[in-house]
Amino acid sequence: MQLTLEFGGGLELLCDSVKVHNVDVVPPKGSEKLIMKDLLSWVGTNLIKERPEMFMKGDSVRPGVLVLVNDCDWELSGQLDTTLEEKDVVVFISTLHGG
Amino acid sequence: MEVAESKSKKAGGRLCSTCNQRKAALKRPKTLEQICRECFYEVFEEEIHQVIVGNQLFKAGERIAIGASGGKDSTVLAFVLSELNRRHNYGLDLFLLSIDEGISGYRDDSLQTVKRNEIQYGLPLKIVSYKDLYGWTMDEIVKVIGLKNNCTFCGVFRRQALDRGASLLKVDKIATGHNADDIAETVLLNILRGDIARLSRCTLITTGEDGPIPRCKPFKYTYEKEIMFTYAYFKRLDYFSTECIYSPNAYRGFAREFIKDLERLRPRAILDIIKSGENFRISTSTKMPEQGTCERCGYISSQKWCKACVLLEGLNRGLPKMGIVRSRGQNNERTKDMKQNKGTKNIESKQCGTLDF
Ligand SMILES: [Zn+2]
Ligand SMILES: [Zn+2]
Ligand SMILES: [Zn+2]
Repeated sequence: MQLTLEFGGGLELLCDSVKVHNVDVVPPKGSEKLIMKDLLSWVGTNLIKERPEMFMKGDSVRPGVLVLVNDCDWELSGQLDTTLEEKDVVVFISTLHGG
Repeated sequence: MEVAESKSKKAGGRLCSTCNQRKAALKRPKTLEQICRECFYEVFEEEIHQVIVGNQLFKAGERIAIGASGGKDSTVLAFVLSELNRRHNYGLDLFLLSIDEGISGYRDDSLQTVKRNEIQYGLPLKIVSYKDLYGWTMDEIVKVIGLKNNCTFCGVFRRQALDRGASLLKVDKIATGHNADDIAETVLLNILRGDIARLSRCTLITTGEDGPIPRCKPFKYTYEKEIMFTYAYFKRLDYFSTECIYSPNAYRGFAREFIKDLERLRPRAILDIIKSGENFRISTSTKMPEQGTCERCGYISSQKWCKACVLLEGLNRGLPKMGIVRSRGQNNERTKDMKQNKGTKNIESKQCGTLDF
């Protein structure tokens, strides 16, 4: 599944200072759909190169990280259970270091 | 078209609770309402307008410096204030005020952002450098003192830099981008430190009214999430980290994290903490430190010399550690009950590691 992931507010520093990543993520084995929970663990494994605790806390993003799926607050689409679809744009923006 | 359709389906067909027409884009932390982008911007700006009017933050004809770090809070503040000033005829003369600490490579991005803001919002920009203000750049200071104690300098110099820059600009007031999350964090930290003097001051929307240049916080009741949402949309990711490169291990906000955890469980917590801070009453037996002015530079100080002058004296005399060790002996007759009030540890929580003021 082709997705565009954007990191901002300092989170890009955790992934080689690259802000926009066009990625191909496959749903986990035995599942047909990809949900945000799967995507977060994929990001944790594949994109975050340092200080993962600045991005994740438990199996979700660290509190204070704003997540937008197609410009929409993920709190409206079920957070970790949000189902992702082809060509979705997911934005992670944080206030790691003030602003 | 298939894609577009399925995308609108995903939001669960949730409609904006204000207009009932458009798709909701944000869950407001303050009210838990789901709201569309258009309605959100409207209430966002209107609420800030109400805060400004209700608290009489500004008077017509005043010159106001917006402390501009290039980060999201001050960028959104510059945008909102210039909008509201136009729309509601505040009659304010607005400026952007930025500080250049003189750290090579570090300010390039943020000063670029501020320069763009200057053009976008038509607000004149004044950049004041540490070299102008103190005779030393941060790079030069670090060369002398090493990396270990430099954040004392960062914090102390940064706080004063804004005031000194503002007096250069001859402004009547400084507006900073501190938001509700910042203030809740400061309340907690002041409680944790037992710093009653600061606890009672930190929730005030305007401070320093007895001093030369008062400061105000138009975002006092504005959640960081909403500022980020605003910012993420119209600036997209034209945004960068503002971590101070001289402080890789700076205190990283235990209190901040605690507040964000609370917010996730109960978003009201942030406003409740601010309310708690506001409602603390100081018993009359607690002696408040006297506010005087520095004999050297005239900056507000409870001691003979302000912290910056002590640090500068050390630098200039080749004794850079001077003023870094907590200076309890000095002037302690003034503030016996408050213990160390103006010491190095009391620089506000966002001191270093960020470019904020
Ligand atoms: Zn609406
Ligand atoms: Zn620093
Ligand atoms: Zn002084």
